[in-house]
Amino acid sequence: MTVTDHTQATADTAHSHGVIPDKSRADRIVSFDVDAFPVPTGREENWRFSPVRDLKTLFADEAAEGHLEWATSELPAGVTLTEVAADDAQARTVRAPGDRASAVAVKHAGGAMALTVAANTVVDEPITIDLTGVGGEVRGHLLVELGQSAEATVVIRRTGTAHYSELVSVDLQDNAGLNLVLLQQWDEDTIHAGEVVARLGRDSRLRGTVVTLGGKVVRLNTSAAFAGEGASVDLFGLYFADSGQHQEHQLFVDHAVPKCTSRVTYKGALAGKTAHSVWIGDVLIRAAAEGTDTYELNRNLVLTDGARADSVPNLEIETGEIEGAGHASATGRFDEEQMFYLRSRGISEDQARKLVVRGFFADLIHEIGVPAVEESLMRQIDLEIAHVEEELGDE
Amino acid sequence: MSTLEIRNLHVTVETPEGTKEILKGVDLTINSGETHAIMGPNGSGKSTLAYSIAGHPKYEITEGSVTLDGEDVLEMSVDERAKAGLFLAMQYPVEVPGVSVSNFLRTAKTAIDGEAPKLRTWVKDVKGAMENLRMDPSFGERGVNEGFSGGEKKRHEILQMELLQPKISILDETDSGLDVDALRIVSEGVNRAKDNTGLGVMLITHYTRILRYIKPDYVHVFVNGRVAEEGGPELAERLEAEGYDRYLADA
Repeated sequence: MTVTDHTQATADTAHSHGVIPDKSRADRIVSFDVDAFPVPTGREENWRFSPVRDLKTLFADEAAEGHLEWATSELPAGVTLTEVAADDAQARTVRAPGDRASAVAVKHAGGAMALTVAANTVVDEPITIDLTGVGGEVRGHLLVELGQSAEATVVIRRTGTAHYSELVSVDLQDNAGLNLVLLQQWDEDTIHAGEVVARLGRDSRLRGTVVTLGGKVVRLNTSAAFAGEGASVDLFGLYFADSGQHQEHQLFVDHAVPKCTSRVTYKGALAGKTAHSVWIGDVLIRAAAEGTDTYELNRNLVLTDGARADSVPNLEIETGEIEGAGHASATGRFDEEQMFYLRSRGISEDQARKLVVRGFFADLIHEIGVPAVEESLMRQIDLEIAHVEEELGDE
Repeated sequence: MSTLEIRNLHVTVETPEGTKEILKGVDLTINSGETHAIMGPNGSGKSTLAYSIAGHPKYEITEGSVTLDGEDVLEMSVDERAKAGLFLAMQYPVEVPGVSVSNFLRTAKTAIDGEAPKLRTWVKDVKGAMENLRMDPSFGERGVNEGFSGGEKKRHEILQMELLQPKISILDETDSGLDVDALRIVSEGVNRAKDNTGLGVMLITHYTRILRYIKPDYVHVFVNGRVAEEGGPELAERLEAEGYDRYLADA
């Protein structure tokens, strides 16, 4: 097992300062111009853990012929899904791309699909969008827009095979509430680099859950920027990396205005010799962001030898007038004492492992708030654990 | 009628200073319905005896045998030992976050019995057992040992014992750290199990106080990895008066 925990953070401390990167996170370039981003070599700060060779086709500044099959649940009144021309799509995107894959995606997506919830529309049932890869290179640009005081739950599930790059723009007008669930349940040969950029208006509330189980390489960067006071963001992530899988989640929460709250909670399990997960959580509290309350947590559970979990929390604070700021990162081996305890009650080794891993993820899964998704995920996790047992059995 | 038979048990453990022998030839026989108090000073190997019988991977058996009704316990995996009818109430029960007590109890009961318990009677049994141990019904929804107080952990151990109905139970310092009220509640649970199922008990303790509530049939004084003296309940009274000094001087 290799565990790289790049901080001194521990699970029970909330500090008023953290590891400060060489350059402020605020200085990182964003642009719709692909040429603003050289092709990554793997030496760049934000690519240093990524398998850039596997991502090569996603950096190519050229049109892609492939597409994802779309299937959408019936849209209730006040909700529309429309095609938006490229110029308009760019104008409605809340922030320019932050890396080359994302810039290429926007440039070559041929416009965007926009899911729009009209102001004051409250949607009770989850809106589900199934995106299925059918092979080939695919570029995607998606807009999720909630008008003032609109509320909705949106579940976007990705399956199948693709080389897919995307930008998902999330625009919450004042007092809007969105529960956004992004499920990466790709086939095992899929390469996916995505960027989710969210802008939160005054008093708006975003719950974003990312679940990454499938794919060969998944690299999903989420940025949330506060544009008005009193807003809150909860970002949850769950991942399970097997042999041959690289799962990377980078987060950036930009506290630019006062009195906003952010919580980041990502948990991952790793199993198999070449399983690799990366979590980078950046939080920036700008000078103006007085009264900020933020906490970010990453926990990794390493089930077998050889898996590697990189975890890098960064907290940058430019004002002392805050409610709270902390981070924690912990990566641990599977606990043999827990196994002994359960087995001493007659529970078999396989079943004990299942209980422990399910328990590890249980609180996160309950946060999703969509019962059908929660149940399906528990089943998926059981399948992942069964896969671990096969690997252990092979040894 | 069941019998746990321990013969000439030698156990080693790996330490930073090298392999260390903790048990140096233990002989002990426990029958159904009997309560054997194992008493001794700290570090005498009492807990090692408990964990070795339960099959903790940290301990290596180098010599001797443990059988339950003639079956070789040492050949069994940890969960097979539990299914055979052994139970270990741990001194420091382990937290299993996110796994609810009710799910855990049902999973364990199903594993031990080889079939899921009938829902209606099971719910009633759990409720009754929890009431007897003065446990709030909300307990079932909490994570296993997660944030439990010392007393709650011990009651949870006894709850499992009462529901899983083992043949022989090893109680590893179940009394340590309990106030007298909690001690009484826990002891009642052990006595109930004895009355209801003819449980055989290996009661490991450092203190004599619990023996006022759970009456031992036999007392074994454990010193330096073996039984130094055996007798009836009167031996416990003598220990209460004199302590372990007499044995330590000899050791």
